Amino acid sequence: MSKKIIDVADAVSKIEDGMTIMVGGFLGTGTPHTIVDAIVKKGVKNLTIISNDTGIKDSGVGRFIYNNMVKKVITSHIGTNPETGRQMNEKEIEVELVPQGTLAERIRSGGAGLGGVLTPTGLGTIVAEGKQIIEVDGKQFLLEKPLRADIAILLGHTVDTKGNITYANTARNFNPIMATAADTVIVEAENIVKVGSINPNEVVTPRIFVDHIVGSDYNG
Amino acid sequence: MDKKLVREIIAKRVAQELNDGDVVNLGIGLPTAVANYVPDNMDVIFQSENGLIGVGPAPKEGEEIKDLVNAGGMPITTLDGAVFFDSAMSFSVIRGGHVDMTVLGALQVDEKGNLANWIIPGKMVPGMGGAMDLVVGAKKVIVSMEHTAKGKPKIFPLCTLPLTAANQVNLIITEMAVIEVTPDGLLLTEIGPHNTVEDVIANTPAKLILADNIKVMEI
Repeated sequence: MSKKIIDVADAVSKIEDGMTIMVGGFLGTGTPHTIVDAIVKKGVKNLTIISNDTGIKDSGVGRFIYNNMVKKVITSHIGTNPETGRQMNEKEIEVELVPQGTLAERIRSGGAGLGGVLTPTGLGTIVAEGKQIIEVDGKQFLLEKPLRADIAILLGHTVDTKGNITYANTARNFNPIMATAADTVIVEAENIVKVGSINPNEVVTPRIFVDHIVGSDYNG
Repeated sequence: MDKKLVREIIAKRVAQELNDGDVVNLGIGLPTAVANYVPDNMDVIFQSENGLIGVGPAPKEGEEIKDLVNAGGMPITTLDGAVFFDSAMSFSVIRGGHVDMTVLGALQVDEKGNLANWIIPGKMVPGMGGAMDLVVGAKKVIVSMEHTAKGKPKIFPLCTLPLTAANQVNLIITEMAVIEVTPDGLLLTEIGPHNTVEDVIANTPAKLILADNIKVMEI
């Protein structure tokens, strides 16, 4: 039996008030719903959530917002979840909106040991406010700083018992990047298979990034 | 004019901008319809920023495939040769200049090619999603939208809403007009099949330079 496979209750016990959590997924596709639901049931507070979007109402990442568990969210889009907008307007939560490509690169640089990235995206807009502009060979770029988290929760399609991950279709999105950028990485596996049964050429996230594996109960 | 017809005119005219082999990203909503009018025998590679190239048509009801959606969360199919990738790769494609054309909507667009389409402060804050990267990175940026929003104009001398990007729009296509963004300003080159040049001017606060031979859209 792999030491990495744990119950969802054990996974959730690692999540504490005030933590920063990266959540994989794009409008719910590729979001680890089993783990999200269990965290909501536990009911932690003051989380900082890093995710592409804030989902749809009381589903996926949206559940953290809907259940008042969030202090701050760093995301590219909140338009599909009016509750996020409402809480932002009422100053109940802080929302940092980040261009989607910048969000991906900030997480990637956090996982890759870089001091940030230089991007042209956001120049001449309010995204550039308060940020350093750096000129390289006559071209201007914004310095965007790395992001890391205490915990990343991911969804994998097929995961071997050592934690090697493959993804399905468009459920990949932010998952492989987030796997590199958190102190503890928990993957929700739709299928768990014997180590060695995934062709090494097809592994997307190498097992060294993965701390824990949880079986998925979700059939969406 | 009937909304459906308006959308059809815009999508058909945008489709005429496609070239064989182009990598194209279509925004959510009206721009998505452009995919219905790709000319025969033309190979266009549609990219979706949630992580694939090779987007095919929407599946029939009941034939949706698990975990296969576009950036608007709508079910899609893939064509032969499709590839899935993560969000960092997706935006390397977008920001790195590997997308030939992006088509997206606007709240406001102006004489400088500035675009505003992600926030109305105090009223509507959906966020920019991938739009800022797309507009900065794509080789050609087409704004496709209804010429007015409930009778209110959208093409101004200068945007008043917070920008998505500065000076990046190349072409504006509405049901009333095709307008090129040039260093001298906005050049009206075509009008819609159901309106006059005067109609365009009356609904456009921005200064329009009239092309020598303004054509009627052939759609």
